[in-house]
Amino acid sequence: MGAKHFGARVTRLEDPALLSGRGRFVDDVKLPGVLHACFVRSPYAHARLLGIDAKPALAMNGVHAVVIANDLPDPMRNQAMPLLLPNPSISALCTQHVLAREEVYYVGQAVAVVIADSRYIAEDAAAAVAVHYDMLPAVGDCRDAVAEGAARAHAALGSNVLSMFQLAYGDVDAAFANAAHVFEEEIWQHRGGGMALETRAVLASHDAATDLLTVWSGTQTPHIGRRMMADLLGRELESIRVIAPDVGGGFGPKAIFYPEEAVIPALALKLGRPVKWIEDRREHFLCATQERDQYWDVAIAVDAEAKILGLRGRMLHDTGAFAPWGIIMPYIAAATVPGPYVIPAYRLDTMVALTNKVPTTPVRGAGRPQAVFAMERLLDRVARELQLDRGEVRRRNFIQPEQMPYEVGLIFRDGKPLVYDSGDYPRGQDRALADADYQGFRARQRAALDEGRFIGIGIGNYVEGTGLGPFEGVTVRVLPSGKVAVATGATNQGQGTRTTLSQIVAEQVGCRFEDIVMTLGDTGAIAQGVGAFASRQAVNAGCSALVAGQSVRAQLIALAARVLGVKESDVDLDNGQAIAQTGNKPVIGFGELARLAQGIPGVSLPAGQPAGLEHTAYFTPSQAAYCSGTHVAEVEVDAMTGGVKILRYTVAHDAGRVVNPLIVDGQVQGGVAHGIGNALLEWMQYDENAQPLTTSFADYLIPMATDVPTCAIAHVETVNPMNPLGVKGAGEGGTIPAPAAIIAAIEDALSPFDVHFAETPLTPERIVAALRVAGAYEKFFAA
Amino acid sequence: MSKQPTRLTVNGKAHARVVESRLTLADFLRHELGLTGTHLGCEHGVCGACTVLLDGRSARSCLMFAVQANGCEVTTVEGLTPDDGLSVLQQAFVDNHGLQCGFCTPGMLITLTELLRENPAPSEDEVREALTGNLCRCTGYAGIVKAALDAAERLRNGRGS
Ligand code: FES
Ligand code: FES
Repeated sequence: MGAKHFGARVTRLEDPALLSGRGRFVDDVKLPGVLHACFVRSPYAHARLLGIDAKPALAMNGVHAVVIANDLPDPMRNQAMPLLLPNPSISALCTQHVLAREEVYYVGQAVAVVIADSRYIAEDAAAAVAVHYDMLPAVGDCRDAVAEGAARAHAALGSNVLSMFQLAYGDVDAAFANAAHVFEEEIWQHRGGGMALETRAVLASHDAATDLLTVWSGTQTPHIGRRMMADLLGRELESIRVIAPDVGGGFGPKAIFYPEEAVIPALALKLGRPVKWIEDRREHFLCATQERDQYWDVAIAVDAEAKILGLRGRMLHDTGAFAPWGIIMPYIAAATVPGPYVIPAYRLDTMVALTNKVPTTPVRGAGRPQAVFAMERLLDRVARELQLDRGEVRRRNFIQPEQMPYEVGLIFRDGKPLVYDSGDYPRGQDRALADADYQGFRARQRAALDEGRFIGIGIGNYVEGTGLGPFEGVTVRVLPSGKVAVATGATNQGQGTRTTLSQIVAEQVGCRFEDIVMTLGDTGAIAQGVGAFASRQAVNAGCSALVAGQSVRAQLIALAARVLGVKESDVDLDNGQAIAQTGNKPVIGFGELARLAQGIPGVSLPAGQPAGLEHTAYFTPSQAAYCSGTHVAEVEVDAMTGGVKILRYTVAHDAGRVVNPLIVDGQVQGGVAHGIGNALLEWMQYDENAQPLTTSFADYLIPMATDVPTCAIAHVETVNPMNPLGVKGAGEGGTIPAPAAIIAAIEDALSPFDVHFAETPLTPERIVAALRVAGAYEKFFAA
Repeated sequence: MSKQPTRLTVNGKAHARVVESRLTLADFLRHELGLTGTHLGCEHGVCGACTVLLDGRSARSCLMFAVQANGCEVTTVEGLTPDDGLSVLQQAFVDNHGLQCGFCTPGMLITLTELLRENPAPSEDEVREALTGNLCRCTGYAGIVKAALDAAERLRNGRGS
C-alpha cells in the first residue's frame, strides 16, 4: 500500500494556483464576443408592476437588448421556479418568477435585464429603464406578519403564514405539571448572510455547432442547477453543461438556484453570444438569500437535581418573500434543540411567516445555531436559578456514550428517525473545559475584577446532523499516462475537497498524491451529482471515493497478476506501479496496465476482465451522520463602551475520523469566525417598510482579523459506524454553538450587574442599554 | 465617454493604453491586461481583495481609476510570484493553511508584503492590525496570521522556504 495519506496533515493541492493569481473564478473566464448584463431591480419591498419603458435604455450606444418577463422563452416566462424541497405543511407554492410579472415582493427582485457591450454601459442603461410601480403595503417584521389584520406579503395570498408544524414526542404537559422548576425564556436570534467574499457570478455560452449550452456559475450545486435550467429553459439535461470553477466561498447561499442562473443562459441562447453577469456587493445584500430572524418562546422543566423533564415552546421563523428551499431551516432548528441531552418530552410548534424581504435559506449552520442558542440559554438559566455550575448542569443531562445509538424520538429532515450514530458528549465537554482551564477561571475572573476588568466564560454544546444524502458520486479511472483521473459531483468553495478526495483515492489506488487529475463541479465529468451543503461531502463523496478506489485497486491487482504471472495476493501497488512480491520482483506501471485494459480492437477481453480500469461509485448514506462538540468562550467586556473582546476560544470537536486535520481545523476556525460575527456583529437591518438598511460592508460588519482569536481545537473522535470511512461532517460545527458560548460568556462577565441576554447579535449599544437599565452606571461607576 | 491615454508599469512591464476615464484600476488590470489575480469582493473599499502595490504602497484598486495610476508602478499578486514556484510568503500560506477559497488571498499577500518589508519582525498583534483592511470569510484568520509570522521568521533567517 502507498504512503499513508488518510489522516495526515497534508498541505493542499489547491493552494499554489490560488496563491499565484492563477485561480479561475467565473469572472476570470474570458470568452470572445462576451456581452455583459445588469439587472433592473425593484426599489420597493412590495408593489404592483404597472409597466416598463425600455426605450431610453435601448437608444443608448452599446446596448443590445432590454429583456422583461414577457420576452423570456417558455416555460420560464410563465412558470415560477421549481420548489426544490417540497413539504406537505407548505400552504402555497412559494417560489418566484425569474423576472417579476405583475407584482414585486422584495427590494432587489429582478424586473428586467439590460445586455450591453460592457458592464459600465449596462449599468448606465439599467438606470435609464423606467419602471412604473404602484406601491403596496409591505410586511417588514415576521411578528407583525402573523398579527391580526396584517398587510399581506403577497396580494394573492389570504395569509402570511406559509406553514405551521409541530415536532414532538413524550408527554410534555405531564412533565411540566410534575416539575420542581419551570423556567421560560424569550429568545431572538438573527443570523445574517453567508457573505462569501466572491459574489455570485454567471457566464453562459451556446455553441450552435453542437447545440451545447455551457454555463459557468459560482454555485455550490452545479448538477442541481443544470436540472433547474433544463426545467426552465425546456432543454434536455444532456444539452447543458454547468461548471462551477473556483468559487470564492459558499456558506449556503450559493447552494440555491437563483433567477439570474436561468436568465443569463436564456439571454445567451437568444442573442447567440456569450453573456456574463457578475453580482455586485450591494446586489448580494439585496438578492442573495440570507438567514434571518427566529423568535423563540421556550420553557424548560427540570427536577430538583436540575435533570431535564421536558421542553416546550413556540418558534416563529421569517422566510422572507419566498421559500425556495421550503421549510427545511425551521425544521432543522426544531429537530436540533434536544442536542446532546436526554430530554424525556419535547414539543415545539413552529410557524413560518412570509415577509417582504429576500428569501431565507440555509447559511452555515442552517437553523442549528438558533436551536442550540435556545437550548443552551435555557440550561444557563437553570444553572443560575439553582446555583449550580453550568458545566455540571450539562453533565447531569448528557446522553451517555453507552446509550449510543440513541433514538431522540423525532424525524430528522432526511425523513429518517433522528438516531445519533455515535458520540461521547461528556468526554467532549471534559476535554474542552480542561483545555480552557475552566477550573482556574473563577480565580482569573476575581483577579480581573480587582483590576476593574470584567471577564466571563461560557459553554455551548451541540449535536449536528451532517453528511445528508441522497448521494455523491466519484469516478476513478487509471489513465494511459499512468496518472489517475477522478471526477466527482462534489464541489469546492474552499473546503479543500480536491485534497481530501485525493488523499482517499491515492491511498486506495497506490498512486502518488500529485498524480491525481481531478475534475470537480462539472456536470460534464460525471452523470449525476448533488453538491455542497449540510457538511455532506466528506461523508458522501469521501465514501464514494473509497469505494471507487477500492474497486480500481482490485482491478489493477487482477490485471497485474495476470500480466506478471503471479498470484493476486502477491501484487502490491505503490507509487503508480504494480510490484510482484515474488522472484525478482517484476514491476508494471499503471500507464501500461491502463493501455492493456483498453484491450485490442476486435479482440475479446479475457473472461472476467472489465473494460478499462475504472469505477464509478455513488455512496448513499442510510441516514445523517451526527457530529458534536463543545465550545468554551472567554471574553472581556468593556462596560463603558459595550465592546467585547474574545480572549480565548476552545473547541472540542467530534467529526468522526478526520481525513486531514489541517483542513478540518481550518473549517472549525473559519466556522467559529462566522459564529463570532453572528454573536456580535452581523445584522441585516430593514426599516418598517422592509427597506434594507445595511447594504455594504461598512454597515454590515463581518469579523476582522482583530475580532477572531486563534482557537484551541481538539479532536475527540468517535468513529461513525454508519459509513466505511467512519467520518462525519465538519463544515458547520464551528459556527453552531459559538453564539451560545459567547453570549453566555458576556453575561457571566457582567454578572456583577445581573444583566441577562437572550438575543444575537449582541451589539455594544445593546450591552450598554442593558447595563443602563440595570442601573450599572450609577451603582458601580458613580463613585 | 471620454478616453485618456494612460501609461503605467505593471509587474515590471510598461503598458500604454487609451482608456475610459471612469475605468477602475481593478477592471483595467483584470480585463484590459488579463491579470485576474486581483479580485473584487465589494467594490467599495472595505474588503481589501483588490489590494495592489502602487509605487510600493498598498492601495485599493477598486477605489481608483486606471488613469489615476498614470506614471505609476503597480504590483499585483502575479508580480509577487517567482517564475519557478512560490515566494517565501506564499509557501508559508501553503504550510500554515492560510487560505481556503483563495478569493481574499491576493489582497492578503499584497498587504503582508508591505508589512514585512516595513516591519520584518512583527508581533501577532501587529500582523492582525495590518490585516484589518482585508476581510476573509473562510479562514477565521488563524492560518493567515501564522503564515505571516512564519514567513517573517524565514525571511529573517534568510532561508527562503
Ligand atoms: S473590492 Fe476593493 S476593497 Fe473590496
Ligand atoms: S480564503 Fe475565502 S475569503 Fe479568505
